[in-house]
Amino acid sequence: MTAPLLGLNGLSIAFGGLRAVQGVSLDVMPGTLTALIGPNGAGKTTLFALMSGFLQPDSGSVHFMGADITGRAPHLNARAGMTRTFQIVQPFAAQTVRENIAVGAHLHEPRRAAALAAAEAVAQRVGLASQLDKSAADLTVAGRKRLELARALATKPKLLLLDEVLAGLNPQEIAEMIPVVRAIVDDAADSGVTVLMIEHVMQAVMNLASHVWVLAQGQLIASGTPGEVTSDPKVIEAYLGPGAAARLQGTQLPGTQLPGRDT
Amino acid sequence: MTRDIAAIVLFAAGVLGLTAVADSGVVLTFVMMALYATLMAQAWNMLGGYGGQFSFGHALFFGTGAYMQAIAQLNLGLNAWVALALAVVAAAGVGLFVGALTFRYGLKGSYFALVTLAFAEVFRILAVSVGFTGGGVGLMLPLQESFANLQFSSRKGYIVLVLGFVVAALLVTAWLRHSRFGAQLQAVRDNEDAARAIGVDPFRVKLGAITLSGGFMGAAGAFYVQVFQYIDPSIGFGPHTSVEALVAAIVGGMGTLWGPVLGALVLHLLADFTRNLFGQLPGLNLVIYGSVLVVIVMFLPRGLSGVGRSVRDAWRARK
Amino acid sequence: MLEFGILFPSVLNGLTTGAVYALIALGLTLIYGVLHIINFAHGASLMVALYAVYGLKQHLGIDPYLALPIVVPGMFVLGYGLQRLIINRASHGRDENILLVTLGISIVLENLALMFFKSDTRSIETPYTLTTVAIGPAMIALPKLVAFAGALVTSSLLLWLVTRTDLGRAIRAVAKEKHGAKLMGIDVDHVYAMCFGIGLACLGAAACFLLPAYYVNPQVGGGFVLVAFTIVVLGGMGSFAGALMGGLLIGVVESVGGLFLGESLGQIGIFVIFIAVLLFRPQGLFGAKA
Repeated sequence: MTAPLLGLNGLSIAFGGLRAVQGVSLDVMPGTLTALIGPNGAGKTTLFALMSGFLQPDSGSVHFMGADITGRAPHLNARAGMTRTFQIVQPFAAQTVRENIAVGAHLHEPRRAAALAAAEAVAQRVGLASQLDKSAADLTVAGRKRLELARALATKPKLLLLDEVLAGLNPQEIAEMIPVVRAIVDDAADSGVTVLMIEHVMQAVMNLASHVWVLAQGQLIASGTPGEVTSDPKVIEAYLGPGAAARLQGTQLPGTQLPGRDT
Repeated sequence: MTRDIAAIVLFAAGVLGLTAVADSGVVLTFVMMALYATLMAQAWNMLGGYGGQFSFGHALFFGTGAYMQAIAQLNLGLNAWVALALAVVAAAGVGLFVGALTFRYGLKGSYFALVTLAFAEVFRILAVSVGFTGGGVGLMLPLQESFANLQFSSRKGYIVLVLGFVVAALLVTAWLRHSRFGAQLQAVRDNEDAARAIGVDPFRVKLGAITLSGGFMGAAGAFYVQVFQYIDPSIGFGPHTSVEALVAAIVGGMGTLWGPVLGALVLHLLADFTRNLFGQLPGLNLVIYGSVLVVIVMFLPRGLSGVGRSVRDAWRARK
Repeated sequence: MLEFGILFPSVLNGLTTGAVYALIALGLTLIYGVLHIINFAHGASLMVALYAVYGLKQHLGIDPYLALPIVVPGMFVLGYGLQRLIINRASHGRDENILLVTLGISIVLENLALMFFKSDTRSIETPYTLTTVAIGPAMIALPKLVAFAGALVTSSLLLWLVTRTDLGRAIRAVAKEKHGAKLMGIDVDHVYAMCFGIGLACLGAAACFLLPAYYVNPQVGGGFVLVAFTIVVLGGMGSFAGALMGGLLIGVVESVGGLFLGESLGQIGIFVIFIAVLLFRPQGLFGAKA
């Protein structure tokens, strides 16, 4: 029985009167690609912020690779192997794609030339090789998403927290991005990265994730395979409102994009 | 990196060559003062341009270096060169202190600018009130020209001295452009949260930047004392110095290697030109600097070197 | 020195100065609260207003208090113009640029004054400059009492403007949600400029109240800038009540501090408070936690 890579135990945080995350517990196993879904405002990004150290929980704990890292600073978590991306992309706008990715590479590589070379290699993997010398500010949304991913990959993470890496992409771009994400986990040369993704694009979740957690109003309401979770009445009602499960009985189609997100 | 070093060597050689052949006091004074302004702009640029932290009170470090240079010689009887080393270390130390305090508490943007202003003012008031700084009258270094005493009979000696600092600052800036530290610093400048997420410790890099920046600014202060043999609270910690440093860096182009050099040169030319036209009017200099700052920020936010880069980028895009 | 007879007048004097400080800080708070910019040119603008009041008295014989209807609208126009024509154009969407532009404006204003008026300190003489009023054991200069009253009245006017008028509603809408306000048809650029204008108009009023008991020179703005910032930060950025309380508090601290430490070191007290607040309680005494 392998130990979980990441373990959340009763994590909670409230902002004023709003209980953004309430008693969330889950375990992410190493080498898996899993997803965290839920309607808008469910607290998914807040949960990521709690995991990675951008926010301090009011109660509960976060364990990473067996150690208690609750509330530890993000850069320390990154050094230990947990890297997160952001829902609203945050490129280093004044720098080129290569330089952007190199910052990630520098986490473990002190030499400049080697970091730049590593950046180039990562760019190849995510399909940004042709834009290495472009300024990050000049990239399209899809390009910026890839850059965000590349930069995180360059840190050679053990756990990659992807926050809506497909948001804002058109169907074509989504179709191109999915294999890239899949490859991150599968790539034998990479010694396998564990990925936990927040996603709204159900097509990606069904395609990629081996396990799904559903967050609604700060609470974990379901956990299981994509198929199990999307036919769970509680989940359907979280997205579509009370009574929807009964109405939809028999007409549930996998791969359907659930409302709450317009892409 | 090699290209940058080559350019720096060329620059130094050019300045030395010019200094060797020039005879006119006017030219030599101009070169010396322009280099001096460059040093200050470079110091500011390290923290402001590369670190993204705008200091409005950089005179804090200047005054620390200047007063240390004077006090070490006058009150402690130390050799001028030793004093110089102490001055730089003291100024860097003040940078470390202010940085540790402000960055620990996450001060940035306008608040950081305000706090640096407040610190500079506190030091200025202290310099006026305390005895060993000579109070409002300031301190005077006795004239004693010798190499050991770091006082030269001709401008040329001073030019070589300040050029040494400018080259050192250029090398450090080039290092910022090609090193892990520099990459992390600029990442924090461009997006602090994203930098944190990929393993950069913002506190550590900002602290490093302000310490470097403070040290070089202190060198400029110490240089001033050696050249003019005088320092007082208003020159040392006053807004004039703070403003000169930042305007030159911004006008030339923040976050670039040669921006501060260009900016300092242009501003000095402008100042000399207007002085010839209108005479030595108090305040005229700063009116010009302030106006140029406003104009540059409004129309050329990347500074003058940005113009060059835009032209170059447009040319490349045509191919 | 803790003798009541000495402390009480010091506190009263501090309150009168503090009220004027508060008025200055109110303008700054309004500008920050709505435009979210820190107006580095606030001190220099006060200096401009002071010179205007001075000039009107010296050359046209207009009493400072009577100059209110001239200086206040004049400063409003200056503020409106500065924001609409320069500051607005300089931002390019980045906060740092506004910082630099307002700094640049303050440098230009201060040094233009230096060029034209030299660094001499000037003050005016009015028939009531030396009149004092007895309050308990304290003898308070009449101009200071008028300043106190005037500052409070102006502050109340400002508060009325922001809470009860249409313009005030528009201002509050823009402060809260710029884009929503735009969608509602509010001309955000105009509101911004109005705010800046009002902020500077407050300075015009402050100048009229200040000059009879004070003086003007090109550096005077610098002295007020940091004090004003300290008050705004202490009271909580964007909080009117905070600016008022903070102003009075700082006035008293400065006065009493000057008693014990002497004038210049007393000033350090203010800066130390400023730095301390920024470091340890940046939301101020009244502001909401950021």
